Amino acid sequence: MKDTFSIGKVPINGTSVPLVSTMLNSADFMGAVMVRWGINRDNYLVSPGLYAFGSPGPTSDVFVTANYKLSFDTLRKNLSGVNGWILVLDTRGVNVWCAAGKGTFGTKELVSRIKLVSLDKIVNHKRIILPQLGATGVAAHIVKEESGFNVHYGPVRASDIKRFIDDGYRSDKEMRRVTFGFEDRLKLIPNDFIYGKFYLLGAMAVIFIISGLTRNGFSYRDFSGEGGPAILSVFLAYLSGIVITPICLPYIPGRPFALKGFITGSIVFLILLSLNLKGKNIFEIVSWFLIITAISSFLAMNFTGSSTYTSLSGVKKEMKISLPLQIGFAISGIILQVIGKLN
Amino acid sequence: MKDLLYLPDVVTLKLCEETCNGCGMCVKVCPHEVFELAGKKAHIIRRDYCMECGACALNCPVQAITVNSGVGCAAGIINGILNNTEPSCGCSGSNSNCC
Repeated sequence: MKDTFSIGKVPINGTSVPLVSTMLNSADFMGAVMVRWGINRDNYLVSPGLYAFGSPGPTSDVFVTANYKLSFDTLRKNLSGVNGWILVLDTRGVNVWCAAGKGTFGTKELVSRIKLVSLDKIVNHKRIILPQLGATGVAAHIVKEESGFNVHYGPVRASDIKRFIDDGYRSDKEMRRVTFGFEDRLKLIPNDFIYGKFYLLGAMAVIFIISGLTRNGFSYRDFSGEGGPAILSVFLAYLSGIVITPICLPYIPGRPFALKGFITGSIVFLILLSLNLKGKNIFEIVSWFLIITAISSFLAMNFTGSSTYTSLSGVKKEMKISLPLQIGFAISGIILQVIGKLN
Repeated sequence: MKDLLYLPDVVTLKLCEETCNGCGMCVKVCPHEVFELAGKKAHIIRRDYCMECGACALNCPVQAITVNSGVGCAAGIINGILNNTEPSCGCSGSNSNCC
């Protein structure tokens, strides 16, 4: 990805290190907005290696981050007024926490990158500051053994870095805790919405085809008359699972996400039912209940992957029960739809 | 805001208090305050808040902690079921679909 953020070079030890600003520019802002919608996601990287900010010297701190540009930008925009170095690891363009979970923001890469940039010749101390969430992939005691550098885990959020430094490189409880508030959940939705589009189009296609069914075969009039509301229902079920459930997450009863999605889906169904939009016979009505809740529950269950507090063991347990139910509901729903049309 | 809680009593987190040397790394790296240091040993105090990220086990210098960490997303588990493997995201570089 083209470098729009270097503002110079810092000569050091016979070579030079790119100097970056601690103020984001409009390209950075635009890029951040677009990448949240999945635009240019695969290209939103910076080159791994060492960068300088402010006027760093041999006593300045080293901050480590991933080579996902959003991570890099989030770090540097919180370092204004500080002088130091940024060590960017090659995480294949993935953010710190996910990369740590996969091992790419890991002990091996960190040790190797420290050696590659000859960090021991750049600073005269052995302190290296990592985002706390990197701990999922980095073993601090092994980094010390293999590189001589002491990993200090900084706060979870870059916005707490200056306070962390002022408090003598210590994180208090708040700085160490990950939450999942409204804004955090909201930011994740556009990406999930876009990436789910194939599920959405697939479901819409199936429903659209069924909508044209009558006892005498396919009817164009039925496609155009009934197809519209049918596709709208599928779209609303999609919104229920991908947008509404995440937004309202803490307020929907039930701990499993699949259950929360089922509840939101049921509410969407009841609203459509009360607006008299759910078909003329009992088969169609029941089928829509099954289809809408299946879609909403499945997509809500997928949101566990974007959440910050679900455990692998919990998701496995949730899925063992929910996935067969969702599949069962969907298939029964489709069968009842067909029966309803042919009636 | 209040901490959100997931399913109770499911996590695979284990701490061997005998082996623990009281270094406090688990307390430092845990994102959900699952551990507390008291009487020169670590203790699990909020077990159901554990998300099995594995940071504690990885950073324990005496291997007193074990936990079954790994890809924990529904999509990854489905991927694993379909390909008959452990859960995997399949986003190892080119297809950066999830992260």
